[in-house]
Amino acid sequence: MDILPVIWFVAIGVLWTGFLALEGFDFGVGMRVLFGTKSEKERRTMLNTIGPVWDGNEVWLITAGAAIFAAFPDWYASLFSALYVPLTITLIALIARAVAIEFRGKVHDARWTRFWTWCLGLGSAVSAFCIGAALAITSTGLPIDANGDRVGGPFAWLTFPAILGGVAVVCFSIAHGSAFLALKTDGAIRERAGRFSGTWGPVLLLPAAAWALWVQFAHGGGWWLSWALVALAVASVVHAWFYARRRKEGMAFAGYIGFIVFGAGSIFAGMFPQVLPSTLDDAFSLTVTNASNSPYTLTVMTVVAAIGLPLVIAYQAWSYWVFRARLTPGMIPEPHIVVPAILRAK
Amino acid sequence: MDPLDIARWQFGITTVYHFLMVPLTLGLGMTVAIMHSMWVKTGQDRFLRATKFWGKLYLINFIVGVATGLVQEFQFGMAWSEYSRFVGDVFGAPLAMEGLLAFFVESTFLGVWIFGWGRIRKGLHLAALWCAVIGSWISAYFIIVANSWMQHPVGVEMGDDGRPVMTDVWAVLTNNTAIAAYTHAICGALVVSGMFLLGISWYHLWRRRHDGVDTVGADGRVIVGDGTAQGLDKKGRDKTDHGLWIWSLRFGAIVAILGFAGTVVTGDVQGKLMYEQQPMKMAAAEAACHTGGSFSVLSIGDPGGDCDDVTPIIEIPGVLGFLGTGEWGADMPGITDLEPQYVEQYGATLPDNPLYGERAGQTIDYVPTMWVTYWGFRLMIGLGGIVAGAAVIALWLTRKGTVPRSPWIMRLAILGITAPFAANIAGWIFTEMGRQPFVVAPNPDPSGIDQVFMYTAAAVSPGVTAGELLFSVIALTLVYAVILVFELFLLVKYVRGGAASAMPELAQHDDAHDDTDRDDVLAFAY
Repeated sequence: MDILPVIWFVAIGVLWTGFLALEGFDFGVGMRVLFGTKSEKERRTMLNTIGPVWDGNEVWLITAGAAIFAAFPDWYASLFSALYVPLTITLIALIARAVAIEFRGKVHDARWTRFWTWCLGLGSAVSAFCIGAALAITSTGLPIDANGDRVGGPFAWLTFPAILGGVAVVCFSIAHGSAFLALKTDGAIRERAGRFSGTWGPVLLLPAAAWALWVQFAHGGGWWLSWALVALAVASVVHAWFYARRRKEGMAFAGYIGFIVFGAGSIFAGMFPQVLPSTLDDAFSLTVTNASNSPYTLTVMTVVAAIGLPLVIAYQAWSYWVFRARLTPGMIPEPHIVVPAILRAK
Repeated sequence: MDPLDIARWQFGITTVYHFLMVPLTLGLGMTVAIMHSMWVKTGQDRFLRATKFWGKLYLINFIVGVATGLVQEFQFGMAWSEYSRFVGDVFGAPLAMEGLLAFFVESTFLGVWIFGWGRIRKGLHLAALWCAVIGSWISAYFIIVANSWMQHPVGVEMGDDGRPVMTDVWAVLTNNTAIAAYTHAICGALVVSGMFLLGISWYHLWRRRHDGVDTVGADGRVIVGDGTAQGLDKKGRDKTDHGLWIWSLRFGAIVAILGFAGTVVTGDVQGKLMYEQQPMKMAAAEAACHTGGSFSVLSIGDPGGDCDDVTPIIEIPGVLGFLGTGEWGADMPGITDLEPQYVEQYGATLPDNPLYGERAGQTIDYVPTMWVTYWGFRLMIGLGGIVAGAAVIALWLTRKGTVPRSPWIMRLAILGITAPFAANIAGWIFTEMGRQPFVVAPNPDPSGIDQVFMYTAAAVSPGVTAGELLFSVIALTLVYAVILVFELFLLVKYVRGGAASAMPELAQHDDAHDDTDRDDVLAFAY
């Protein structure tokens, strides 16, 4: 087996994992804005914990998609066209969420705010679910024919593993978002989020664990690396839970990051070398070998990624450092009411 | 309905919509970065206000561009899977480079800029904005590299499986079509932002005169008022306010004029490349049925594109030859001469290949929809020229420091904001529709690789049903329409608010209770 497609399989795994680890808490905070708060000021505080970073986090999704296109175009074409309906819904949900974050505070009106709060919360939940379903599908398989095209209508993707993956990412996001809120806020929000994370965190990670195990058995029982990663993921949950109960928010959050890194790692390791299995015939399955681009293109992309990715990680880490302060409702300015700058008759 | 038609409509609708936001983001980002730099350098209040006010509008627009850009990235795979498979070795690379080298920079540093007011050093804060703006310009470059490869495939050879294989990434990145199209698009974006600054500033200066804040002396020069005589208690309408608008207006006019000059130069280069690389597009732009060198100012006829029905009304002899080759009066091939060449080279019917499904064996029409190319080309050039002329007139009318009292000129200035948007859209529709029936256009000239091409009919996803496509095109169009209404509503609201809409401290009445003196209160929060 050539090394370059393997490198790119790993790189795509890293991009998806980065997406889940970062955008996961953005989704979670977005959903938590819908429930578990008492005041508008608290909702704004929660939203502002992700304010400076959510857009940068979303780029992990864009880049993960583009990297699949650049390295494994057959994988990109088959997966994205087969998942036409859920991806359309994902796009609409992501649009609603992005616009909601920016527009929500721009008009001081209760109905306006409530509308965008729902767009934010539902947009986060629906995109988390559909992306989870898509990732579960690519790790467990689709009815695709020899050309890589879906057989069986627009909802052929709607299987048990897809629903499991969707639920897994939604639940993980809520747990992860709670741990992030506990880390990034102070006062009542910190207290509530910390208590939630300590009580419900491990339970919310169960669907993701079930998905990781499903992948191991769907691909012939796994191998030493994938099982080692499963074990590390379990250890991370214990770590997260231990520290969440002691209200060590930094350590707890690190545990959730560890869970998704090792958990997603075990899924990617478990499906390797397949990238999109066919449930019709093993011969139709897309693999690291038969779906990959030419060595020249992969070499070029490797150079670009070797330069680009470390830089991305460095300056994104710096941006988190810049906005490291914990937020409280007292730090949120009063809503600014925009009035026309014209002379009114007195 | 044919899934191909629905997929094409969807690509057209989503891309045109996305490109309403993109030029404003590219152009306004650069102008806001210049304003912010002026503030850091001079410390003058009007530049701070300019940065905050225009920055606010920039962000409202930016987010819609980001949100709709996601659709662009996904729909190649979703609706055009055969295209994605065919070009995957070369086309995915610039998209991934865009993500890795540009989008991350743009979005991360924009977040730092938005929330960084008062939190990081001034110089670093300014640098964050420049990084974001340069990131957006680099992303535009990569996406145009990808698009230009479809217009002029380079840097590849045909692989064993009949798909192009990239052999020279440098050739792809320095594609002459890409460099011409990129500089053209950037200049077009500058015109958009220039007219945006001009129109909105005009409204505010007009408003100040209308409200009696500013008056005009006997010599026609402005006498700037501070609003106290009118009983204005808002700090936002003082003398600095006038400085903000007059500077923005004249700066915008200059940006628009320079941008237009840039589009002329780069457009000329593009015309000559088009003549070499896609002669049919050049002919269709002119509705030029017969070989000749005259530039049509007005032709009438059947928009269906039947050559017998096109009658040139006004022509300028010689100009077309100059546009295409640089040589006055040179003969340009007409459609009736080109069509047999295309049929001979690429065949009269779609190949009998399962890829084409029911479309296999259909007759290929090599002439693009002529009324679209003909009028798209003219709308782009005509509106561009009108805008540049208007910007020159605006500079003249405002030479004494304010705008005329006429409400009609003010309304024209506001209307002028839409013209460069329309010119940009017309240009893109022209160049994309002019490429049909190909999605990857074959290039007959020696520098192109003739055998690398793909019919649009072959590009659509075979496994996706018409129902799915119909669902997505309707859903996306509705969502886009709603968002456009919200965006315009917010833009109008913040424009009418003036500088105070972006600076709460300017809106406060002197007797207002101020509880924001705590030093940990965020300068900006959602």
